[in-house]
Amino acid sequence: MTRRGLLAKGAQAVAGMGLAGLVMALGARSAKAVPVWAIRPPGAVAEEEFLGKCLRCGLCVRDCPYEILTLAEAGSGVAPGTPYFVARDRPCEMCPEIPCVVACPSGALDPGLTDIAKARMGLAVLADQETCLAYLGLRCEVCFQVCPVMGKAITIETRPNLRSGKHVHFLPMVHSEHCTGCGKCEKGCVLEEAAIRVLPRATVKGALGSHYRVGWEEKKKAGHALIPEPLSLPVRRPGDGP
Amino acid sequence: MKIPDDGREAREKKGWWRATRWLWARRLVQVGVMGLFLLGPLAGVWIIQGNLSASYTLEILPMTDLLWFVQMVAAAGWPVAMQATLGAVVVVVLYGLAGGRSYCAWLCPLNPVTDLAAWLRRRLGITGGWRGERRMRNGVLLLVVLLAWVTGMPVWEWFNPVTWTQRGIIFAAWSGLWAVVAIFLFDLLIAPHGWCGRLCPTGALYAQLGRVTPLFVSAIRREACTDCHACHRVCPEPAVIDPALKGAVRGVGPRIRDVTCTRCGRCIDICPEEVFDFDFHLPNTSRVVP
Repeated sequence: MTRRGLLAKGAQAVAGMGLAGLVMALGARSAKAVPVWAIRPPGAVAEEEFLGKCLRCGLCVRDCPYEILTLAEAGSGVAPGTPYFVARDRPCEMCPEIPCVVACPSGALDPGLTDIAKARMGLAVLADQETCLAYLGLRCEVCFQVCPVMGKAITIETRPNLRSGKHVHFLPMVHSEHCTGCGKCEKGCVLEEAAIRVLPRATVKGALGSHYRVGWEEKKKAGHALIPEPLSLPVRRPGDGP
Repeated sequence: MKIPDDGREAREKKGWWRATRWLWARRLVQVGVMGLFLLGPLAGVWIIQGNLSASYTLEILPMTDLLWFVQMVAAAGWPVAMQATLGAVVVVVLYGLAGGRSYCAWLCPLNPVTDLAAWLRRRLGITGGWRGERRMRNGVLLLVVLLAWVTGMPVWEWFNPVTWTQRGIIFAAWSGLWAVVAIFLFDLLIAPHGWCGRLCPTGALYAQLGRVTPLFVSAIRREACTDCHACHRVCPEPAVIDPALKGAVRGVGPRIRDVTCTRCGRCIDICPEEVFDFDFHLPNTSRVVP
């Protein structure tokens, strides 16, 4: 083969590989976002890192005693071969031994998670107040009753029912500090389509600006009000001038 | 038209068993390993858990696929979790002893697929197709590692037909079996030995273990060769044979030392003169001075 032929062939190979690489990288990039209905097993590291570490071996799937985990199929929208569960089908049972995390050989499920109550698979959100029976004024509270962290992750807050004027709403409230995202509430919701749903934390959690201080908490911390009480504001009447 | 029949002469001369035994042994191992993985979910007997990407045998022995491991290090950086690392060490030792690409011929679930395509090509007389450089798979391997490094994700695993297939079988994820159809058609109609022989980065990586392995196929009775070319016809990597088979005149030993030899043993079966055999040979400490 001539030198020119060799060079041309080399250039062809490099260009071909480069093109294939580009196509693959773009394909994988478009498919890397995990759909909101798919929840990663407990201890899953942040999604980007998870995709880099997960070996798609299914050891977590095999070791889940309740068989709630699935390896994603092609076209499911979840990165192929990675484990997930769907809360409305079968929520996480929150085994205290966390066998899925123990089984993971690659650290995609963080072995540092030893207390299942500290798992943060997602965050329950009362996504639809229009259909939630509690907001309609009925006694339901099923999500509260089935919550494994009952009384902490979901509490019942009472509010006067202004429509009837004589009843009380018993409203479920989720507290992100304690919610593990197991999905029991979503599974338990008695509606045809769940009003409470587990969603990715990053999707639903707001962030208070760092300059905000909640007065009553600051007061509790300091042991007294931060400003002299009672606060007297200057009284300005029309005609008092600037 | 006379339809070529692999190994008819060998069968007539050596009998059916000696003309096919390594082929049966391989099929038994291929089916057996998948069977061991499936014994858990189907019968509740847990001997091996996981799949060929990473597995755990008898709750004690971890194994990690080397291409996965390399991609993981490239994507997520060092250190890698202990069990995955130990698993990779086990695999290096195991396939280091067993010949490197023995993974391809004895374990990989795509091997029966590409074998079938190659057999059909011979039976149907399909000879045309793309014959790219066999070195290309090393380029693919490099590309796969680079992609993982640049993107931080094992991008290849969105496409890797090897992992798709074995996961499809073990986890009943039937959508993964597109890979079987794609590779079969590719090898049959587009490129002879196209996948395993030219593109697959898994084989390219396991081949590297062939540099240190003590297990070879050896043309141990090469003087008996009648130049019938039966071995060349069935060999998935025909270029590896001649340096050993015809090496006597150049003072080259009879062991097939080419790292791309898959240790499938078809040449041993097919040769009517019993030229080839497996040869387990630990490196000599004493060296012959040339």
